[in-house]
Amino acid sequence: MNGVHDMGGMHGFGPVRPEANEPVFHAAWEGRVRALSTAIGAWRRWNIDASRHAIERMPPADYLRFTYYEKWLHRLIVQMLATGMISAEELASGHKADAAAVAIPPVTAENAVQATTHIASYQRDVAAKPRFAAGDAVRARTINPEGHTRLPRYARGRFGIIERDHGAHIFPDSNASVATEDAQTLYTVRFTARELWGEAANPADRVYLDLWEDYLEPA
Amino acid sequence: MTDHHDHDHEGQDIPSATALRVKALESLLVEKGLVDPAALDAIVDAYETKIGPRNGARVVARAWTDPAYKQRLLTDATAAIEEIGFLGSDRPHMIAVENTPDVHNLVVCTLCSCYPWLVLGLPPVWYKSSAYRSRAVIDPRGVLRDFGLTLDAEVSVRVWDSTAELRYLVVPERPAGTEGMDEDALTDLVTRDSMIGVAKVAAP
Repeated sequence: MNGVHDMGGMHGFGPVRPEANEPVFHAAWEGRVRALSTAIGAWRRWNIDASRHAIERMPPADYLRFTYYEKWLHRLIVQMLATGMISAEELASGHKADAAAVAIPPVTAENAVQATTHIASYQRDVAAKPRFAAGDAVRARTINPEGHTRLPRYARGRFGIIERDHGAHIFPDSNASVATEDAQTLYTVRFTARELWGEAANPADRVYLDLWEDYLEPA
Repeated sequence: MTDHHDHDHEGQDIPSATALRVKALESLLVEKGLVDPAALDAIVDAYETKIGPRNGARVVARAWTDPAYKQRLLTDATAAIEEIGFLGSDRPHMIAVENTPDVHNLVVCTLCSCYPWLVLGLPPVWYKSSAYRSRAVIDPRGVLRDFGLTLDAEVSVRVWDSTAELRYLVVPERPAGTEGMDEDALTDLVTRDSMIGVAKVAAP
């Protein structure tokens, strides 16, 4: 979707402000939100692409106003409501509905580190041969899907060169909406800064994006 | 939820509205048996004390001291990092990119906050900020100047926008004056920011 989350190339956000001796979490509740997201994520009721899309669908003004972990809290609640893990009544009252069963949490103190560091592989074996090879000239397609996509607006319609083939990976556009993996070849594509941003860009500079085959056409 | 400066020191300040909301949500999820509070404590502890940039620094130090390892790292970073050991049993798909006198690499995620946190720890707030995400691709040299790093116009800046489940680690240049240092001493020199690409490693 053409959301405010797709920020590459936007102006007006000011300088980057590094913080000296930054803590991992700036308040205890941030750590709890992160931990709740990990522990609830272990129920596998949604995948990473659906999860990203839940944040992208926030009203744009909220997206810009909320801190990072406020967005995570919003997503956690929205996704649990959408999948029926909690009801609106339970959220409002703060208590389990009388009739609801009590579950057994999959993440315990014993397996918590394992659950925290779990990163699922998104690579898949597919029979289809890659359409492009390193060195091929390609163009990123001009697409404007309303759903989730990982093709940023700043690269759409731009010409680049295939840098590297990473094998087949789960296609986020399909995975987010219908939970279909639709695995296909993922490439790193090299663009010159001038192709993306015009003649004012430094001729020596490059931007690399990881793009799935469906995002690309021969140039 | 606009309390960007809430202070959550136990018993000192009034908890923020967000902190109270999170507490109420956790209580509901515990009551429903969806989460175990002891597991939440252990997860927070893992993020705060077990996952950090030390692992990435060790990878860089080995690449500096062992040319064959560096070659393996640049060819198949996932396997090369696994030689040293990821925290946990899983293997994120990693790519290592090397800085040289002519090439400077910078990592960003313009669409969200993708970051190689298993080797660098959780990302700093600036990495997730609108300012960094918007400008890193269009004005990388300006972003580097925000960090006090000015590059010559002839140096090629390569920006890696993490749009897929691949995670990028920058191998910074080894600073002069470190010829006699061993892998442990070099590991201490390598900073998180140098492995994102917003800084160089300072000479000792």
